[in-house]
Amino acid sequence: MKKLLTAAVLSAALATPALADTTKVGFIYIGPVGDFGWTAGHDRARQELQDHFGDAVETSIVENVDYGADAERVMTQMALSGTDMIFAASFGYGPDVNAVAGRFPDVAFQHATGYIQEHDNISLFDARFYEGRAVLGHIAGKMTETNTIGYIASYPIPAVVSGINSAYLHAKAVNPDVNFRIIWTYSWFDPALEADAAETLIEQGADVIMQHTDSTAAVRVAEDAGVMAFGQASDMVEFGPNAHLSAIVDRWAPYYISRVQALKDGTWEAQNSWMGFAEGIIEMAPWNDRIPAELQEEADGLIAAIAAGEYHPFTGPINRQDGTPWLADGEVADDGALATMDFFVEGITAEFPN
Amino acid sequence: MIRLEKRKEPSKFWRIANPFLAVALTMFAGGVMFAMLGKDPIVAIRLIFFDPIFSETFASYSRPQLLIKSAPLILIAVGLAIGFKANVWNIGAEGQYIIGALFGAGVALAFFPAPGWYVFPLMVLAGALGGFLWAMIPAILKTRFNTNEILVSLLLVYVAERILAAMALGLMRNPDQPGFPGSRDLRRYEAAHNAELIANTGMHWGVVAAIIAVIFAYVMMTRHMLGFHVQLAGQAPRAARFGGVAPARLVVVCLGIAGALAGLAGMFEVSGPGGQVRIEFASGYGFTAIIVAFLGRLNPLGIVLAGFLLGLTYIGGELGQMMLQLPGAAIQVFQGMLLFFLLALDFQTNYRIRLTQGMRA
Repeated sequence: MKKLLTAAVLSAALATPALADTTKVGFIYIGPVGDFGWTAGHDRARQELQDHFGDAVETSIVENVDYGADAERVMTQMALSGTDMIFAASFGYGPDVNAVAGRFPDVAFQHATGYIQEHDNISLFDARFYEGRAVLGHIAGKMTETNTIGYIASYPIPAVVSGINSAYLHAKAVNPDVNFRIIWTYSWFDPALEADAAETLIEQGADVIMQHTDSTAAVRVAEDAGVMAFGQASDMVEFGPNAHLSAIVDRWAPYYISRVQALKDGTWEAQNSWMGFAEGIIEMAPWNDRIPAELQEEADGLIAAIAAGEYHPFTGPINRQDGTPWLADGEVADDGALATMDFFVEGITAEFPN
Repeated sequence: MIRLEKRKEPSKFWRIANPFLAVALTMFAGGVMFAMLGKDPIVAIRLIFFDPIFSETFASYSRPQLLIKSAPLILIAVGLAIGFKANVWNIGAEGQYIIGALFGAGVALAFFPAPGWYVFPLMVLAGALGGFLWAMIPAILKTRFNTNEILVSLLLVYVAERILAAMALGLMRNPDQPGFPGSRDLRRYEAAHNAELIANTGMHWGVVAAIIAVIFAYVMMTRHMLGFHVQLAGQAPRAARFGGVAPARLVVVCLGIAGALAGLAGMFEVSGPGGQVRIEFASGYGFTAIIVAFLGRLNPLGIVLAGFLLGLTYIGGELGQMMLQLPGAAIQVFQGMLLFFLLALDFQTNYRIRLTQGMRA
């Protein structure tokens, strides 16, 4: 038995250096790969990465990893097993990524939606989800008949808060009577909680449901209730063929491939990338046929204007919720302000959670 | 024909043998499941049960991690087991764990950035107090108003989770990290850091506390009058009453001990491996500890073994995902099998299966 064990350990140990030119890339996910949303989006990119490089890349994943000690342990084990690059696919891994990166300076870390960068082997990358949210808000504002939009939000972090603000501003622009109801779940993936939230919002009169959580539960509830919804991070149309108006679909693959290529070329270095429609990192799922043709054209026009840099979703005048001015007429929000956004804009009646 | 016969007394042999049999059956059934997923079952079982302890690549790191993962489970389960023996069903250790962590972290953040040897001991006291107070809610409601402690303690978990979220977003939020929830990293505040006592061993104060709790519980249950009362109340409540056991006091004592230990576990976690008050700080230790308590037969020494076994399936499960691409859900099924087989096998502790010949009219 002992001999067998030793042989097994040895063969595992020998297997690694034999494939020296294979780049090992590890992924840690906050949800299951089968969430059909955020984590599915990252795993889609991982598969494209694998297909692109073939045998030259070996990928491995660990799903459902909690923030904190668990994440730190998983990433350390990845580093110990000879992983060259680790993608950590959730904002809350920040302290953990930095702790492990400090101990493994030769491993390249890629932290999605991250915000702490204490070592020069950590790259941060994020998508400008608020650009997509502007389009969703525009469509929602025009499609709602009850003038009530339900919003299922996860954590009050800048990416989520700026998304709510962007959606609200663009719904309000086309429908001055629009009202947002917001429910916080304090979780990324909890289908039961998200379904409850969707039902509550519909009871409160919402006929369009937006979500910044990762499961398909809200889309399914909306389908059953005969109201409209937007998917999250992936095209969720199959869970609500009538309800699903569209979704912001994450397309991380080109970025992932470029970063692994850079590592192979020896040109990888720490960056902080924030990409949007222009870079193709986000795109909209196909419009549902129930969206009128002219509204589809408006939405396409909005996307084109944002992608071309002709229009920024946060262009003044915009006041904060308490009425104090934030952006003057024509002023555009800078990235720093968006990356730390911790307030609602004027007109949102929900209280900011803190 | 197969007949079931209730044993006159629960079988001592099966009580001890069942956990081992359950592990063996889990390995077998898990192996079949892994094979059906197209993975080599031998390699999978080896990754989960052996590699975290023996592999050259991982063991030096994962052995200490096993201590870190198992210590809170053991600390909480030891407390729960005392109550379970007396038929006091505290299902809300998760909530007591959270409140203990918040009390401990609250003390640390109040003193920040003052150095001083007294900060950490105060945090320890606060952590135990927090868990104790949270457990007193179901205890007092039960003794005063005869409410059901299962429901009250469980529902208080959700209250504690909301308080945790409110703290991470408000009062305890790190003022130097605008826009993001979560407190300061206590690992960077030396006076409050529950650091490893010996580097790279995983040995922190929480592990020490778990060891002390196990010894304390063992002595209490086998040598002390209180332990006798607990056992008596669980096995023969009427006799206990005649024997002078005050049921109300026992409820308070059992919930109090379990709450204080769970609170300590939370405090050691937030000041060490967890590092900060975060919305998602609670990762189910309080619930997993219930499984640990039963898998360990409510015996302090059994709980130590059970705690390590469950810790092993977590750490090994991650290795299995990473090295063999086992789905995370398969690992969860695997852990569930363990409890399933144990409960199923426990049937034969109380019943005997008899094969009888012929039919009876």
